[in-house]
Amino acid sequence: MGNKQTIFTDEQLDAYQDCTFFTRKEILRLHGRYHELAPHLVPMDYTNEPDCKIPLALIVNMPELKENPFRNRIVESFSEDGMGNLSFNEFVDMFSVLSEMAPRELKAIYAFKIYDFNVDNYLCKEDLEKTLNKLTKEELTPEEVELVCEKTIEEADLDGDHKLSFADFENMISRAPDFLSTFHIRI
Amino acid sequence: MEVFKECTDVQSNRSSYTSDESHDREEISHLQRHGWSAATVKVLASMPSRTAELNKSRRVRYQASSHESPHLSRPVKGASVLAEAEEINTEVRSDLSYSTDSNLCAAENNMDQLVSSLQGLSVSEGTRKLREMPLSLADKIEIRKVAFSLKTESSFIGRNIPCYTHLSMYISMTWRHCLFSCLPVFSSFKLWHSALKTLSGRYGTGVLSYFLFLRTLLFLNLLLFVITGLFLIIPQAINPPPSPKADFSGIELLTGTGYFSDSLMFYGYYSSETLPGDQYRMPAAYFFTIGFTLFIICIILVYRLSKSFGKNFQVLKSNKNLAVKVFSCWDFKVSKKISVRLQSEKISTQLKEQLSEMIKGEDKKTCMQQLHRLIVHLLAWTACLISIFLGTIGVHNLSGKNFNVKTTLNLPKDTELLVLSAVVSGINLLLPGFFNLCVWAEQYESPGTRVYVSVFRNLLLKVSVIGVLCYRWLESIPANGLECWESSVGQELYRLLVMDFIVTVLYTFLGEFLWRVFSQTILQKKRKPVFDIARNVLELIYGQTLTWIGVLFAPLLPGVQLIKLIVLFYMKKRSLILNCQASRKPWRATQMTTLFICILWFPSFLGTVVTIIYTVWTIKPSEKCGPFRNLTTMFEGGQMSTRHLEDAHPILKWLSWVYDCLVENPVFLFLASGVFLMVIYFQAQVVDGQRKIISRLEKQIENEGKDKKFLIAKLQDLCK
Repeated sequence: MGNKQTIFTDEQLDAYQDCTFFTRKEILRLHGRYHELAPHLVPMDYTNEPDCKIPLALIVNMPELKENPFRNRIVESFSEDGMGNLSFNEFVDMFSVLSEMAPRELKAIYAFKIYDFNVDNYLCKEDLEKTLNKLTKEELTPEEVELVCEKTIEEADLDGDHKLSFADFENMISRAPDFLSTFHIRI
Repeated sequence: MEVFKECTDVQSNRSSYTSDESHDREEISHLQRHGWSAATVKVLASMPSRTAELNKSRRVRYQASSHESPHLSRPVKGASVLAEAEEINTEVRSDLSYSTDSNLCAAENNMDQLVSSLQGLSVSEGTRKLREMPLSLADKIEIRKVAFSLKTESSFIGRNIPCYTHLSMYISMTWRHCLFSCLPVFSSFKLWHSALKTLSGRYGTGVLSYFLFLRTLLFLNLLLFVITGLFLIIPQAINPPPSPKADFSGIELLTGTGYFSDSLMFYGYYSSETLPGDQYRMPAAYFFTIGFTLFIICIILVYRLSKSFGKNFQVLKSNKNLAVKVFSCWDFKVSKKISVRLQSEKISTQLKEQLSEMIKGEDKKTCMQQLHRLIVHLLAWTACLISIFLGTIGVHNLSGKNFNVKTTLNLPKDTELLVLSAVVSGINLLLPGFFNLCVWAEQYESPGTRVYVSVFRNLLLKVSVIGVLCYRWLESIPANGLECWESSVGQELYRLLVMDFIVTVLYTFLGEFLWRVFSQTILQKKRKPVFDIARNVLELIYGQTLTWIGVLFAPLLPGVQLIKLIVLFYMKKRSLILNCQASRKPWRATQMTTLFICILWFPSFLGTVVTIIYTVWTIKPSEKCGPFRNLTTMFEGGQMSTRHLEDAHPILKWLSWVYDCLVENPVFLFLASGVFLMVIYFQAQVVDGQRKIISRLEKQIENEGKDKKFLIAKLQDLCK
């Protein structure tokens, strides 16, 4: 069906289609996007699974991510080395989770990772402060930021340890009707 | 919903590196527990809540320590903790995946269990589960290879099915893709959608509620205009009655007399004389159209009111909204710099508003201060009520004088006709300013209370003015023996509406601008004035009430109101951006929309309906003009036409029989309202019960957490 492409083998495309929320066409399109981020680094032929990673600085320049205040954290959460260097698999994974088809539970897991700035598997007060400052671009006074963090932890913390574990976070997100539509990047 | 479980972990000196082919990315962070012995941890790791999840397919193993031991002081920035944290971070971020002694086997079991769980399912189910696993793509591909290869070995037919599932999946994916790309297009079709987004971000929800209300009124008027246009105006326009046309001079746009008095504009023009015989009877059309439009508007208003009330009584109420707002408000799709800035502004404003609601600190006042405040309040209220009373008396006398002149057959000059409407508009302009002065003197603490008090005072003013005018129109005019009293009333309403419009335009352009200049230069205030919500909303409601009353007497009046609203939107928006600023203390206006619709429903719409029913039922229509000439009441015209229709179409007889038996029978009405009340009570009880259950469950979760901490501490003690 259609033109024979030589970027991926058929088995690879099948695997991608089964493991992500993208179709074959979209995977090929994603590869095109990945390639144009760093044409000299990324080979056009992925049939033998080359091991190349694009650094963080190039990925956050994508138009979809450029103005997002959380762009660094998003890319870091999906990178295996935690420094933001994404291989093609991780790149596809990132946009798959952020696509509209991903279910709420999966998105909640990664949203938690993104907001967890110090990567300790808890959303503590410092994480919340950083999140707020990025959200409001420093328009709130420090007292207001402090107050919002306190109130947030008070509202969402169920087991009383003054930080938000993943269970607390998921419980709180379940009450957000528009989480699915806001935690979504279109590519 | 799968609850994500956490495990505690062992000490880092017992960690070992494995880079086995199980690339399951179990991110294990080794937050070291200072005093925990291996025995404690082993016990905790085999708690039922941990092990029960191993057999489920969809789980994630985040292993982190959760609870601080109560024996330890809270290690905030202790050097040892920092060192451990750094060690942990480097561990987590390395390329190798970690597992510990006690969990090594578990890790391998993990992979096997994932694979086995996938095998038991059909291909589509398995693919779905695979996609939803929170593992990295490389791991998923591995698992898929293992799971599906085993599968295809067992059943060859299984391999053929994927074609069909691929197709259906492809179709559903493309459909969803189309839907999601079309949705923003649809929402931008809503009138003024982008303008309102900008306004709400910058000025807060109070101002936004005014503009939303304006948009609602616009649609109501559009509906009204379309219906009257289709059934009344167009038939009559096609068959105009012969009438002498007066000359047109400019002043008639203001007064509505002269050229306009014998036009489609007013009641007097409509008659059944020129319409083709029995096919289209104007009295029936007039009566039923007006009745039908009022009925539809009633239903729309009740629906909107109930929806607004419903929002205020949700089970999971807004006191838990701050956290949700912080984490789910930011739209990741937004990529333009300007939109991003707008979004930040919007979130900041919303957060500030919610904060202000939460910290409503009232300072304690001494007895003297409280007494002082009480006296100030009383004085302010008395002053306002007296001013309203005086204004009403003035309107009453003036309108009496105005209409009495007409009985002497000495028709007043055009300019004299404008005096009443000018005076009413003047009162509407000046008294709200006086109310603002009173409110400023009273010094309310929260801006919300200030707005509510102003709204109430303005409402009293408008209700009394309209009440007095209606009284005048319905009591004294028909008795005066005017030739076509309905048209006169219609003209009066037209004049009021137009004069109100002109005065509002002048006030918006000059008044607000001058006030800003005044407050910034003479009063030396640094901030621009705040948008006066109470005055503007009541202006809208006043105009709308006049329109509704006027539909009976001047069917084109909704068109005039429509033009007025459109112009008003753009003017007010411009003036807002130029002259006003957001309130210094942000406040949440969640219930403003409900309040506005409530005011629109209760005094405004119901009052109109009462007035119209009174007119239709009791007052004798004029004999020489209009569709109801030569009848005792307009209602009789309606009845006659129904009888005529029944004779023409016998099918409708049963409809009228049903009407007689059911709607006019009081027993039926009582039964129906009784049933409704019981249903409402039942639902309210259910909501209440659900709220109680939720709060109890939350308490239970909290207690469980405390229990856990307690038991861990005890376990520690025992192990020592």
